[in-house]
Amino acid sequence: MKRSLLVFIALLGFPLVMSAMDNPFYVSFASRVIIYAIAATSLNLVLGYGGMISFGHAAFVGAGAYVASICIAEGVTSAWLGWPAAIAASALAAWLIGAVSLRTRGVYFIMITLAFAQMAFYLVNSMKAYGGDEGLTLPQRAELGLGLDLGNEVVFYYVVLCFLAISLYGLHRVMQSRFGRVVIAIRENEARAEAIGLPVYRYQLACFVIAGAVAGLAGALLASHGKYINPNVLHWLQSGTLMIMVILGGVGQLWGGAIGAVVLLGLEHVISDYPIPWLAAVAPNYPQHANLGVGLVMLAIVLFAPHGVAGLLSRRRGA
Amino acid sequence: MLELRRVSKRFVGVVATDEVTLEVKSGEIHALIGPNGAGKTTLISQISGTLPSDRGEIRFAGRDITHARPYERVKLGLARSYQITSIFKRFTVLDNLALAVQARSGSSFSFWRPVSRETALTDEARSIADEVGLHERHNALAATLAHGEQRALEVGLALATQPKLVLLDEPLAGMGPEEAQRMIDLIDRIRSNVTVLLVEHDMDAVFRLANRISVLVNGRLIASGAPETIKADEQVRKAYLGDEVAA
Repeated sequence: MKRSLLVFIALLGFPLVMSAMDNPFYVSFASRVIIYAIAATSLNLVLGYGGMISFGHAAFVGAGAYVASICIAEGVTSAWLGWPAAIAASALAAWLIGAVSLRTRGVYFIMITLAFAQMAFYLVNSMKAYGGDEGLTLPQRAELGLGLDLGNEVVFYYVVLCFLAISLYGLHRVMQSRFGRVVIAIRENEARAEAIGLPVYRYQLACFVIAGAVAGLAGALLASHGKYINPNVLHWLQSGTLMIMVILGGVGQLWGGAIGAVVLLGLEHVISDYPIPWLAAVAPNYPQHANLGVGLVMLAIVLFAPHGVAGLLSRRRGA
Repeated sequence: MLELRRVSKRFVGVVATDEVTLEVKSGEIHALIGPNGAGKTTLISQISGTLPSDRGEIRFAGRDITHARPYERVKLGLARSYQITSIFKRFTVLDNLALAVQARSGSSFSFWRPVSRETALTDEARSIADEVGLHERHNALAATLAHGEQRALEVGLALATQPKLVLLDEPLAGMGPEEAQRMIDLIDRIRSNVTVLLVEHDMDAVFRLANRISVLVNGRLIASGAPETIKADEQVRKAYLGDEVAA
């Protein structure tokens, strides 16, 4: 808890340092990373704590992103309307998809969540009124009022940071609660959980819906951040990216999703924007294939740090 | 309390239980015995609801539970323990038992209040842990317990749901003589509060504890009655007991 606070204090200072160094790009980049951290944290609730290997989480990020974008495109620019609408839409989608998918287990669950997400991907692809496969460009970000201009990168940064803090604190609290205890118990031993009188399906579905709602918020933030959204936000590669973030960062670790987002997006950025001279001499195009580097890091994590980066950090503290 | 009427379960090519009709009366310890592969565990799973029955009817406490979900049966007061230990290995002993207490007391759709502050849950978990003989292992991870202790926790989980009827599937499996004695004492102690359907291979324990015994062979119930009747039953001796009891 103390360490989490220190991390947040450091994150509060980040835009100040970047402004001082005259590097405003990094404030916007950090906002993007934080939004992904929120999305990955929500997936970690399902995947890490709940043990449900959902391969369709992008559907909920995408539903939120599209609903929030459509609101703005239709002239409803208030975040107080658009964001709750995005959250509600994603929660509803998670409820519908979860209600069907959670009747299956194992590989079937992975496949059915993937199938639903791909259906959503093709659905938005065909929504010609909202850009279809070309995507939807927004005239502006959502408006928060309260004298806060979300168009300002620093303000936007603090708003998304605030949402990350709420998400992480919420996850921390929920996992200590009766509900959290049940969710973990189901992951550990589903048959036994049912045999002591717990309606497993209901708890899993509730967990799935909460995660979907938070993913929807991340989607709404993502749409405002880039002022542009396209169907790729629902593509299965996006679901895969979120899974990789959770696995890199630490499955079932509080900070797992956030650390994974930082590591993955950070790596991608460093590999593509800071070419290593000797490597570029041998293979000039390598920065375009950042995924190779990410793949190698992923391999190392899976082999040597099964609890992800967060697991490594807490192990060192324990020693 | 529990009535089975012509209950059957068939797996591909095998009849696991075949038209079993059985009644467990309130307050008794009813032992279910039979050779390996007789269908005892299948029958327990049908009663607890983890295996759906192909045919027949199961009634519990006056209600038809043939199609009830396993957790619904637990809510009605029908709990089970497993032959192959099934506990929450990465939870402590107290957390295991507190979870079972929580499942029964109030809703678990509580998202904010730390469960560790609910002293009522931990207090009850503590008293169950003591009851099943785990007084010194309250905060041990279940995975680190000795085999006998895990078996005790297994039974403790079933008892923590405060059942009216508990299905104990070979509670003595793999236990040393001392541990077995403690388990037998425990079952003997709970009989005043809980009806027991006991599957067990240890005939000493069965004849010491049971008020009535039913014998399952090849999925069929071949005899049911008082221990003396079963001991004297020619068919049972031939099929199962052999010289073990006659001696």
